[in-house]
Amino acid sequence: MALLELGPHGLYCAAGDFYIDPWRPVGRAVITHAHADRAQAGSRGYLTAASGVALLREWLGAEAAVEALPYGQPLTIGGARVSLHPAGHILGSAQVRIEQGGEVWVVSGDYRTAPDPASEPFEPLLCQAFVTEASFGLPIFRWPPEDEALDSVQAWWRANCEAGRSSVLFAQPLGMAQRLLTTLDGSIGPIHAHPEIERFNRHYRAQGISLAGLAPEADGRPALVLAPPSAQGDSWMRRWDQASTAMASGWMRIRGPRRRRALDRGFVLSSHADWPALLAVIDATRAETVWVMHRQPAPLVRWLVEHGRTAVAVEAQYGEDEA
Amino acid sequence: MKAFAELYRKLDETTSTNAKIEALTGYLRAAPPGDAAWAVHFLIGRRPKRLLESRKLAEWAMAEADVPEWLFADCYHAVGDFAETIALLLPASPSASDAAGRPADPAADLPLQYWVESRLLPLAQSDDATRRARLIAAWREMDEAQRFVWNKLITGEFRVGVSQNLVVRAIAALSGLSAGTVSHRLMGDWQPSAAFWRQLEAPEVAEADISRPYPFFLAYPLEGDVEELGDPAGWQVEWKWDGIRAQLIRRQSSVFLWSRGEELMTGRFPELEAMAALLPDGTAIDGELLPWKDGAPLPFAQMQRRIGRKALGARILADVPVALMAFDLLELGGQDVRERPLEWRRAQLEALAPRSAALALSPVVEAASWEGLRAVRGESRARKVEGFMLKRRGSPYRVGRRRGDWWKWKIDPYSVDAVLIYAQPGSGRRASLFTDYTFGIWEQGKLVPFAKAYSGLSDEEIRAVDEFVRRNTIQTFGPVHAVKPELVFELAFEGIQLSSRHRSGIAVRFPRMARWRHDKRAEEADSMDTIRALLGRRES
Ligand SMILES: [Zn+2]
Repeated sequence: MALLELGPHGLYCAAGDFYIDPWRPVGRAVITHAHADRAQAGSRGYLTAASGVALLREWLGAEAAVEALPYGQPLTIGGARVSLHPAGHILGSAQVRIEQGGEVWVVSGDYRTAPDPASEPFEPLLCQAFVTEASFGLPIFRWPPEDEALDSVQAWWRANCEAGRSSVLFAQPLGMAQRLLTTLDGSIGPIHAHPEIERFNRHYRAQGISLAGLAPEADGRPALVLAPPSAQGDSWMRRWDQASTAMASGWMRIRGPRRRRALDRGFVLSSHADWPALLAVIDATRAETVWVMHRQPAPLVRWLVEHGRTAVAVEAQYGEDEA
Repeated sequence: MKAFAELYRKLDETTSTNAKIEALTGYLRAAPPGDAAWAVHFLIGRRPKRLLESRKLAEWAMAEADVPEWLFADCYHAVGDFAETIALLLPASPSASDAAGRPADPAADLPLQYWVESRLLPLAQSDDATRRARLIAAWREMDEAQRFVWNKLITGEFRVGVSQNLVVRAIAALSGLSAGTVSHRLMGDWQPSAAFWRQLEAPEVAEADISRPYPFFLAYPLEGDVEELGDPAGWQVEWKWDGIRAQLIRRQSSVFLWSRGEELMTGRFPELEAMAALLPDGTAIDGELLPWKDGAPLPFAQMQRRIGRKALGARILADVPVALMAFDLLELGGQDVRERPLEWRRAQLEALAPRSAALALSPVVEAASWEGLRAVRGESRARKVEGFMLKRRGSPYRVGRRRGDWWKWKIDPYSVDAVLIYAQPGSGRRASLFTDYTFGIWEQGKLVPFAKAYSGLSDEEIRAVDEFVRRNTIQTFGPVHAVKPELVFELAFEGIQLSSRHRSGIAVRFPRMARWRHDKRAEEADSMDTIRALLGRRES
């Protein structure tokens, strides 16, 4: 018996009468993580992982009814037993485990298996049906070791400093930006963050995650400037218009996106699973059925089917989160 | 090739002209010269023509990556670039990275020159099965960035956002040369090599110097009796070889071979250049270029056969190998040593001569007396040499043709290059062939009959001349055929004197055809001036 179905507003669990990451306002919404495409305002009640509540409120406001559920703690909603488990994507990101009558379904949300000091480590789960993301669901997406990529970032920044120019690094403002800030070496030079990033930083710091210290004001020294991709070309960026530009994202694996943005460098760093990790996670769940949720789920579905699995394409209406 | 892949990435990533120039100079400064030359070759758009169809490359990559065709197509759709899609799909190379994906032993990074010359270009001659095996082996040895550039080179799609002008600016910045000079040096049909790179970035003033030969020291024919030279112990005696006088120069890892006519012959004698690569930098050797096989000279006509070739195939290289019969050393360790005594130069030459089939040391002939030497000189023909060279011990290496220190003591003291103008059939056994010839030399723009000769050619050459006469007769006077003035022969004779009975005013003694000068055109034959000089010599 299917515990979930795809309704007009998103993934729906009839047994508990709730939606997971709905793209329209609903009665009750379980939110996997606080990225804007998941956090549709207007629902009557929300449930999310405890460490993600403050981040979620950045979108929903203080008035929204947001219930916090610690990782691993079961909650009975109607006829379903629901628990949240770390997804490793951003702080407070969760896989949603739903159990009813011995049947277990897991909705992964966005996930990453590589360790990240700025988020809780991914927890592998067993289930009969697994609903997976597929942001990077092609074999061309294979991440280099993260420490190697981070070393390249630092080297680029250091070289720019030596050349007397600043470095503007575009990164997803929630998740990747903090991932970078846990590692960037403030002794190379001052670090500035775009307000859109600083907005989330405080919630990380509040939960004891150590981020690099930010310089309050530009003082003319060559600096590293963290900014969301959407800030490219906005007025805040104008004072850095002579800087070298780069981006940290899984999309930087391909030359095309980097060239279209006219960036000097691209660093392959992602908050998502790459192709090998997607396959490994799917395998580890031992799921009989795999739902692939993405705007373009087809290649992963076909791959799974050709490898003897039951796989279904679920066309999600989520945006790209640039990570 | 990692550095080249990194250069590609840098050029590809930045939109800033300065950053591109910086990346180029950084790479070119650090690269081995052979790599730098190939890099410039590719960057200015001289990419190799496509070695493989993209379809085949994809097919083999799919198999290697274990990716079905539909998935490859999906990936290509996302990437939009063929070489890149393949590079991104191939499995991580075991030799390019360790288990954690970190780069392996840096020693595994082979030079660009190696990859191009030993791995890429040979693919052109291979069949598909071999290509496939070699391509997969290559992929397995490379990291992703190298694979990308490699795939671009293979599919003939190597393009990166730099103009030739930008490359020129980078080389100019690096070498201190003007952009004009660099552009000029990049012109024409050059082969990427370490030597090319060195010439490309060599300082302007040194440009003429690096290849510049020393003026040849030329011997005078011996006048009078050899006994007049005094004690034979004061002379170094060598055979006079019959080849092409040449100066072999090795400087800054480049090789230059000059003929006496100051013609640069580099490129025509690969075996010599290979040998010269074994010489230390800053070396100039004087010698005679000979067709040389199994320790003995081949007839000079063989050399002419080889020189006449436009392309040097393996066959002609094997049939007519050449060697430099070295006899003097003009530069050692970059120093001009021409003022040093003959014996010193000879000893140094012997010390540095590499063991090579393409280099021989001109043997010194030992004899206690002139009488003894005269006897040995009689072996000249059998040894295929022209007699002796006599060099005064203790003498420097002089400039040009000078009397006193070097003499040639030839068995044929006189020779001129003359043009065949008349031919007539021989007598007796040779009656059916044109074997009796009249030769002319130039006087005021006309060929004047100068000497008749009947001997000296091989039967094969006689048949060839006969054939020429039959096809090129322009007029007949009884049995005598006037022919188109085309064939040039070196005539040797024993004596020369003025004669009112001859149209040329000259009479020569015992003229014979020393050799057929296939290498000369009629216009290049000698003139009466040469003859008058020979006469003057006799009279002085
Ligand atoms: Zn997300």
